[in-house]
Amino acid sequence: MSYEKLTKGEKGEKLFLLGNEAAVRGAFESGVKVSATYPGTPSSEIGNILSLTAKNANMYFEFSANEKTAMEIAATAAVSNLRSFTFMKHVGMNVASDSAMTTAYSGVNAGMVILVADDPSTFSSQNEQDTRNFARQSNLPVLEPSNPQEVKDMMVYAYNLSEEIGLPVIVRTTTRVSHMRGPVTLGDIPKSEEDIRDGEYWPRGHFDKNPSQYVPVPANALDMHTVLVNKIDSLEKFAFESELNKVYHFDNIGTPAKLYGKFGVISSSSAFNYAYDVINKDKLGIDILKLGLSYPVSEDLILDFVKDLDGIFIVEEVDPILEISVLAILGENGLDIPVYGKRNGTFPFVHEYSQDIVKESFNRILNYYEFEDNEDSPAIKELKDSIPNRQPTLCAGCPHRSSYYSIGKAAEELEIPESEMVFASDIGCYTLGISPPYNAADYLLSMGSSIGDGCGFSKSTNQYVCSFIGDSTFFHSGIAPLINAVHNNNKNLVVTILDNRITAMTGGQPNPGLPVDGVGDEAPAINIEKLVEAIGVKFIRTTNPHSIRKTIDIYKEALEYEGVSVVITQFPCTLIKGIKKRKPMSIQDNCTKCYKCVDELACPAISKIGDDVVIDSNMCFGCVACAQICPEKAIKAKKEDGE
Amino acid sequence: MSNGTYNIYICGVGGQGIIKTSVVIGEAAMAQGYDVAMSEIHGMSQRGGSVSTELRIGDYKSSIVENHKADMVLGFEPIEVVRGLNKANYDTKIVFNTIPIVPSTISQTGERYPSVENEIIPTLKQEYNNVHPLNGNQLAEDAGSILSLNMVLLGALTASDDFILSKNDIIKAMKNNLKPKFHEMNIKAIENGYNAVK
Repeated sequence: MSYEKLTKGEKGEKLFLLGNEAAVRGAFESGVKVSATYPGTPSSEIGNILSLTAKNANMYFEFSANEKTAMEIAATAAVSNLRSFTFMKHVGMNVASDSAMTTAYSGVNAGMVILVADDPSTFSSQNEQDTRNFARQSNLPVLEPSNPQEVKDMMVYAYNLSEEIGLPVIVRTTTRVSHMRGPVTLGDIPKSEEDIRDGEYWPRGHFDKNPSQYVPVPANALDMHTVLVNKIDSLEKFAFESELNKVYHFDNIGTPAKLYGKFGVISSSSAFNYAYDVINKDKLGIDILKLGLSYPVSEDLILDFVKDLDGIFIVEEVDPILEISVLAILGENGLDIPVYGKRNGTFPFVHEYSQDIVKESFNRILNYYEFEDNEDSPAIKELKDSIPNRQPTLCAGCPHRSSYYSIGKAAEELEIPESEMVFASDIGCYTLGISPPYNAADYLLSMGSSIGDGCGFSKSTNQYVCSFIGDSTFFHSGIAPLINAVHNNNKNLVVTILDNRITAMTGGQPNPGLPVDGVGDEAPAINIEKLVEAIGVKFIRTTNPHSIRKTIDIYKEALEYEGVSVVITQFPCTLIKGIKKRKPMSIQDNCTKCYKCVDELACPAISKIGDDVVIDSNMCFGCVACAQICPEKAIKAKKEDGE
Repeated sequence: MSNGTYNIYICGVGGQGIIKTSVVIGEAAMAQGYDVAMSEIHGMSQRGGSVSTELRIGDYKSSIVENHKADMVLGFEPIEVVRGLNKANYDTKIVFNTIPIVPSTISQTGERYPSVENEIIPTLKQEYNNVHPLNGNQLAEDAGSILSLNMVLLGALTASDDFILSKNDIIKAMKNNLKPKFHEMNIKAIENGYNAVK
C-alpha cells in the first residue's frame, strides 16, 4: 500500500491497515504537530511511515538520539500547546522513563500520547516486559487497543483524554496488535489553519512560563505529586463511564460452563481476542469485561461486573497486573470470589497467549472438554526433526562479519585462548555474532551496555574485554559509558564501534552519524572519531573491516594496548537503499577444498554443495573478504560473459 | 471451512513476497465484505530468517490460527511447510513450492536438507489428504519472472474448491497493490498457479 492514503484518505474510507499504520493515521486524525521516536520493533513501522509522510501532514518528526530525548521533545511540545506523539518499544520506555515519571508531575496543555509496544514472546527483544507497570509507577492512564481499528480510534480518544486531564496518556500495544492487519474505517483529519514559517513544515506553539507547574524543585514537587494523585483519582470515575470499557455478553443457554457456575472474564489487549474467540467458538457462555481504558481500574465497574459471579478469569499477557488490581478490589470489599489468573497457575505466567493456551487454561477450571491428543504421527515427527533450522544470519557483505573474523584471527595470532576473550555485545544486528563460527557475544544487557559491561569486566577480571557496539547504539547510550571507561582508567578494553552508517536491525533508519535527518532533510553529521578523541581515548583506529589483514593488525595492536582502545570499523550496511553491489566472487579451479571460506566466514552466499564450494553470485555482495582469506587465492571476481 | 470462515497459514523465507501475498488476500476478502484479521511476523526477514503470516477470514477477533485448524497451508519453501505443519490437520489443503532455499548455516551446524522428492513430498502425501506440491519457481519464470512466485501461489490458492474468494477477486486486489506494468505478468502467474492445482 502506498502511504498516501494515510494522509489523504477520506472519512469513511476503509483500508486494510497494520496496527502501526493505524497509529499513524490516528496521529493525523488527532492533529498531532510534533512527533519523535527512537526505532524499536514492534513499533518501528510508525517511525518509518512518519519519516515519509510527516511533512505532508505538517507534523514535525524526528528520529531522536534515544527514547528519553524523544520523550522530552514530546513533553515540551505538549506544554507549548502543540499536540505531541512519542512511541517506542517496551525497553525503550525504560530509557524514557526517567523523564516520563516527571512529565506526569508537570502535566501537559495540549494532548500527548506515549505509545509503547510490548513484545510478549520476545519476537525481537531481549526481555518480556509489561508497560502497564510503568503506568502504575508514573500514575499515567493506559489505553489498550486490541486491533488496528482500535489503535486508530484510541489514538484519537487518547488525545482528548490527555487534554481533559492534563496528563500524557500511554497507549499500550503488543506485537500481535502492532503487527496485526485488519480493516480500519477512517475518520476526519482536521484542517490545519496555523501559520508555518518559511522553509519549515510544522506550526509553532508558545510556552507560557509557570515554574511552580513545570519545575519540580523539592518544594514544588510535593504539591505536584498531590495534584497528580488527584488527577488519576478523578479519572477512575471517568473509567467507569468510558465507552472503551465494555461487556461482551454471550448467551449461556445450554453451554457446558453453566454446569460449573457463572464465570466472567476480565481482559484487555491481544489477550482479549483469544478469550473472545474461544468463548465464541466453544459456546462457553462466559461474559467478558474488556478494558480499553485499563488504568486507572474503575472499582465500581469491576464490582458491577463480578457481583453475581462464582469465578473470575483474568486473561492478560505478561504480568498479572489487572489480576492484582481485581484481587485488591475484591479484598477491600470483602468479596470472596475465586480469581483464576496467572498467580494460581490457571494461565501461564510467561510468553504470549493463543486461543489454544486460553482454551486449555479455561479448561483447567471448567473441565469442559477432553484433552485432544494432537501429537504428530511418527512419520511427521521424524520429518520435523530432520529439517535444518533457519537462523537469521549476517547478510552477505555485512561488515560485521569481517570485524568478528578479524578480531578472532588477531586473538589467534597473539595466542590468546578463546576463554580469555570476553565479548560484551549490544543491541543490533551484531548480536548475531553469538553464532558460530564467530562466538562473539558473551554478555548482553541493553542498549549501550556493551561499554558499561566492558568497564565492569575490565575491573573484575584479567581477561581481554571486547565491547561491540553499533553506530546508532553508540549515539543512543554508548557515549556516557565510554567517558566512564576513560575516566576510570580501564585496562585491556577494546571497544569496537561498528559504523555501518544506518540503524540496521530495525529497518534502516538514519542516525546522528548521517548527513540526513528523519524526514530526509540535510543535517549535520556527528563525527564519531572526533567524539571519541574528545572523550580522551588515546588509541583510535578507523578501518574498513573488509580490509582483512589491516583490520587483524589493528586488532592485534588494540589487544596489546594497555588502556581503552577504540576501533571504528566503517563500511555501509548492504541493506541501505540504493547501495551498489560490487562484482560477485567465484571459486577458481585451483580451490583445494580446504573449506576455510565456508567454515570461518559463514557467509550466506558461500555454500558447500557436495564436495564443492559454490558462491551464489546473486547473493554475493562483492565485499572480497573471502578472496582475502583463501590460502590458495582461489576466489576471484567473477568474469562477466565475454570478458 | 464452514460458515464463511477460512484460515490460512502462509510460510516461507524473507524476500519471497509473503507479506504482499497476504495483503492481497486480505484486501480481496475485505472487498467481498468479509471480516479479516491478519498477523505478520516480520522477524529478521531480511537476514534470511523464516517469515510467516496468518489470515483469518470470518467472525474472528484474533489474528492467529489455532494449532491444526488451518484450512490452507500455503508454503513458499519446502522445509518451511514442514515447520508450518503445526497448523495443519489431515484435511488441510497443503499447497507448496517444491524449490528449496537451503539455510546458509547448514555447513556450520552439520545439519542436512532433506530430499524434497524422496522424503518431504511422500511423507506429506501419506499423512495428509490434500497435498499439492508445485514447481513454483518454474511457473513464475514461465510467467515472466521469478518475482511473480507469490502470484503463482496465490493462483494455486484460488484453485481450491472450498476457498471463499474467486480468482477474479484476487486479481482485482492484486491490481490495487502492484504497479500496472506488472499486471499482465502477474495475471499470467496467477493463471499458471491456478492451472497447476486445478
